[in-house]
Amino acid sequence: MATFTESVGKATLKHLDYVGGLSMQLWATLRVLGVALPFTGNRYRWKAAIGQMLQIGVDAIPMVGLMAVCSGFILAMQGGYELRRVGAMQYVIDLVAIGFTRELGPLLTAVAVSGRSGSAFSAEIGTMMVTEEVDALRVMAFEPVEFVLAPKLLAALITVPCLSVLCNVCGIFAGGIFMFFSTHLSLGIYVHGVMTSIHLRDVISGVIKSVAFAIIIVMVGCLEGFRVHGGPEAVGRSATAGVVNSTFLVIVADAVFTAIFYFTGGH
Amino acid sequence: MAMISVRDLVVEYDGRRVLDGLNLDIEPGETMVLLGGSGAGKSTLLRQIIGLDRPQSGSVLVKGIDINRCSPAELKQVRRAMGVAFQSAALFNSLSIEDNIALALREHTALAPSIIDLSVWMKLAVVGLADFENLLPQELSGGMKKRAAVARALALDPEILVFDEPSAGLDPIVAAELDELILLLKQAFQMTVIVVTHELPSAFRIADRIAMLYKGSFLAVGTKEEIRTSQHPRIRQFLDRVPDNTAPERAVEAYFEKYVQSPEVKR
Repeated sequence: MATFTESVGKATLKHLDYVGGLSMQLWATLRVLGVALPFTGNRYRWKAAIGQMLQIGVDAIPMVGLMAVCSGFILAMQGGYELRRVGAMQYVIDLVAIGFTRELGPLLTAVAVSGRSGSAFSAEIGTMMVTEEVDALRVMAFEPVEFVLAPKLLAALITVPCLSVLCNVCGIFAGGIFMFFSTHLSLGIYVHGVMTSIHLRDVISGVIKSVAFAIIIVMVGCLEGFRVHGGPEAVGRSATAGVVNSTFLVIVADAVFTAIFYFTGGH
Repeated sequence: MAMISVRDLVVEYDGRRVLDGLNLDIEPGETMVLLGGSGAGKSTLLRQIIGLDRPQSGSVLVKGIDINRCSPAELKQVRRAMGVAFQSAALFNSLSIEDNIALALREHTALAPSIIDLSVWMKLAVVGLADFENLLPQELSGGMKKRAAVARALALDPEILVFDEPSAGLDPIVAAELDELILLLKQAFQMTVIVVTHELPSAFRIADRIAMLYKGSFLAVGTKEEIRTSQHPRIRQFLDRVPDNTAPERAVEAYFEKYVQSPEVKR
């Protein structure tokens, strides 16, 4: 019994330590985020942030777009199959439009960015830890949080919501294609239906979620990297942990945000 | 006043004492070699001196500033006065050799780009890499990487130059070249040099004084001649390359006897 209690206690402390590490790292990054801004910040950090925007955002467009189109088709076909039986085929438009704007757009984007960039952050920083590059930064009077983390967070805060909006557009477009071929509904009427079914609050709630997801992906990816000790094996483990933990926390955060919006009447 | 003063320094990892109340003064312009076997605490002491780790107790004063209790601005000032060449070179792999060296100059000084270019070229010329400025670190040999790391350490014309195992992993000729480079730098720039090594020829070639570490304590601190003529049994063992008697003959015999008598072997 004592062993069980001990194990639970140890696991709890480990998770609290992880959450504490994430919170401290987020606070430290937010304090120096200004250095990555254009005009007022350090131009080298802004340049690094642009590079990160290309990697996190632009390079992810094909993947996010394709995932959104496939998911849009799937959602429309599955919804259409059931709704056709009760003669409510027109509700496929609402299903796809609201489903993507509130939920699937931010979530699919977060999963894609987590898989592409979260693991890359962990591997990059983990390698820097193993090769003493992070130590070199510190002895050269650079703060690793400012040098490495701030540009990544700024880039993610800008690109993830943009990717999320793109994901919404692609998913909803795929729903329109399905409706055209299955019910011969014109694209104009479909777009009109979409515009009447979604409200500004749906878009805002999706953007709020994607901002939170961006923070989670960057913080988890970088923390896993900074915690690397040892050799190349540890870098591999950190990359895996970066994806797994950030995806898990994104889904937990999604549930929390959805509950908040639901109970406060946001949805 | 000593350039670096180590006072009653105690460092522990997981309850194990790694440095046990060390005291050391390094005078301006001298070359101090920290000598000792693997696990003696050399690199741990070095990390304390360059402010990468914090001690359990005691203090490290660099130019009279306690680096564990000073303000961030003072620590930054101390770090700018130090150049560190890491064991693994720790060059930034995503940057060219030129950019590695120019990084600190671009960000910590207001020098014009043309002056920075000239300064980088001069540092590279000092270490014999003037024609390799556009290469990436992974395109250099081990010895060249170490020399590039020295050039980067020299970037801000530091008063203190620190080397962690400069000869590790290098062939004797390249190692000897690095020793000559360290002597040249000291002669040309009158720097205080700290070298961590376990290579005896290198230590006796470059040192003004040698601090001999064993299990976290200094066995002796003295000039090359004092160390060379020391009669301390551990120092003699190290200098004469006498192996430890780690496995007593009788214990080994008993082990084999037991093994031969075991049922698995008899079968």
